[in-house]
Amino acid sequence: MGVARFWRENRTRYNLIGNRCPTCEKAFFPPRELCPTCHRQSIGKMVEIQFSGKGKIYSYSDVHDAPTDFSDQRPYIMAIVELDEGPRITAQIVDAIDGVEIGMPVEMVFRKIREESPEGIIHYGYKFKPAL
Amino acid sequence: MTPFGELWDRSLRTLGIEAGLNAMVDAGITSEEVDALYVGNMSSGRFTNQEHISAVIADHTGLSARNLPAIRVEAGEASGAVAFRDAYLSVASEVYDIVVVGGAEKMTDVSDAMAHEIFATSVDQQWEVFLGATVPSLYAMMARRHMHEYGTTKEQLASVAVNAHKNGSKNPNAQFKNQISVEAAAKAGMVASPLGMLDCAPISDGAAALVLAPLDIAKRMTDHPVVIAGSGVATDTISLHHRESLTTMRSTSVAADLAYRRSGMTPEHVDIAEVHDNFTISGIMAVEDLGFVEKGQGGPAFESGKFDIEGDLPVNTSGGLKAQGQPLGAIGIAQVVEVTRQLRGDAGDRQVDSPQVGLTQCVGGTGGTSVVHVMKVI
Repeated sequence: MGVARFWRENRTRYNLIGNRCPTCEKAFFPPRELCPTCHRQSIGKMVEIQFSGKGKIYSYSDVHDAPTDFSDQRPYIMAIVELDEGPRITAQIVDAIDGVEIGMPVEMVFRKIREESPEGIIHYGYKFKPAL
Repeated sequence: MTPFGELWDRSLRTLGIEAGLNAMVDAGITSEEVDALYVGNMSSGRFTNQEHISAVIADHTGLSARNLPAIRVEAGEASGAVAFRDAYLSVASEVYDIVVVGGAEKMTDVSDAMAHEIFATSVDQQWEVFLGATVPSLYAMMARRHMHEYGTTKEQLASVAVNAHKNGSKNPNAQFKNQISVEAAAKAGMVASPLGMLDCAPISDGAAALVLAPLDIAKRMTDHPVVIAGSGVATDTISLHHRESLTTMRSTSVAADLAYRRSGMTPEHVDIAEVHDNFTISGIMAVEDLGFVEKGQGGPAFESGKFDIEGDLPVNTSGGLKAQGQPLGAIGIAQVVEVTRQLRGDAGDRQVDSPQVGLTQCVGGTGGTSVVHVMKVI
């Protein structure tokens, strides 16, 4: 894959940047071009926001059968996290020595996601860890 | 249809041709009578380096000698079901008379790791897979919520796979003909907790095909035509995390509602169903979203035997995706083939006692697309 495909999302993925519909106030991650409820009323009016990175685990799974790029991390925890501002997001949970459960408070950390090969590009982005 | 399984001696094109010719022989028609070909296929480009397979299959079944139209349809794992729906619309709208619709996938020409990577292209690559999510882990998160909200157990999940293998053992085309126990299924090695090895459908090669025609023409071909009474397709968000609920597939309930309304039927009318049990949790959510049981009651109902061949409403008499096999583009067509056989009384050892109405439900991704058809005898 070309580098640009991943590079163009870096700002969103590094900083948890999404947006909000000014009409219905609903927040989105990743940012949407238009609000799926307010449709054309929202076009060109979506307001960029940065999420606090705090949320709770909505569901999770320990991944044992991992894709090649993630095989050295297995088993790892994937979760759907509900951010305090509303949207849900799929991410890895790290530093959870005692495991995780539904409802557990978590916060975003900036981590290496994966590397394509020893010579390839290294991808960074968000993961979550249990909140202190 | 062809047998499903790891068919190392057969290519995508030989599978597609075999299924297509079998369907035409069954219908008693020659290629001169066919008006168009529809093919459901998810990812021939990545699995076999060959795109444009509509033309490949038309060519090698002899249809391109007459320069017939051939259309490939892609909707993830629901590719075959959407191809069936589009073929049906083309006949129902009187554009064509006789149409052959098939589905095919050749998954074992790549490594197991690559097959799973290609599989995951039907969910959100950028905001799910990129971060480490696998298809099993997404369904596992549905299962985890279902357990949390409704008390569904590992043993109830296992009972879906046990039923599938029991039925698969009676299907000569099935990939797995071995029976399994609840205990073995519940204790199998973890893939993505809480889903283990025996909660997951396999990687498969295979193809299936059907002939569609207006009813007056179909009656001339066979004494036992099966009528498409209702058809529904619906979408939902591509990412699982954007759904309001993880324990219901809105695309399935909406597609089912469309198919029921169109057919003038309700879930109570359905005698047999083929549902998309790519994972055991999917089977449980399907019987709930199709209205066969209340939300949350899918697990206990599978456990009680309600959906066994001898039960009130036999589900996945073919063995389903779990035991018959999961060649992605062929799934939706194979489901209709099984319902057709059951409605005609041609299902051999797994025949249900004179069913009148059958239903199929096929899912792309984690529910980004669902397709439901209701069929009946006349």
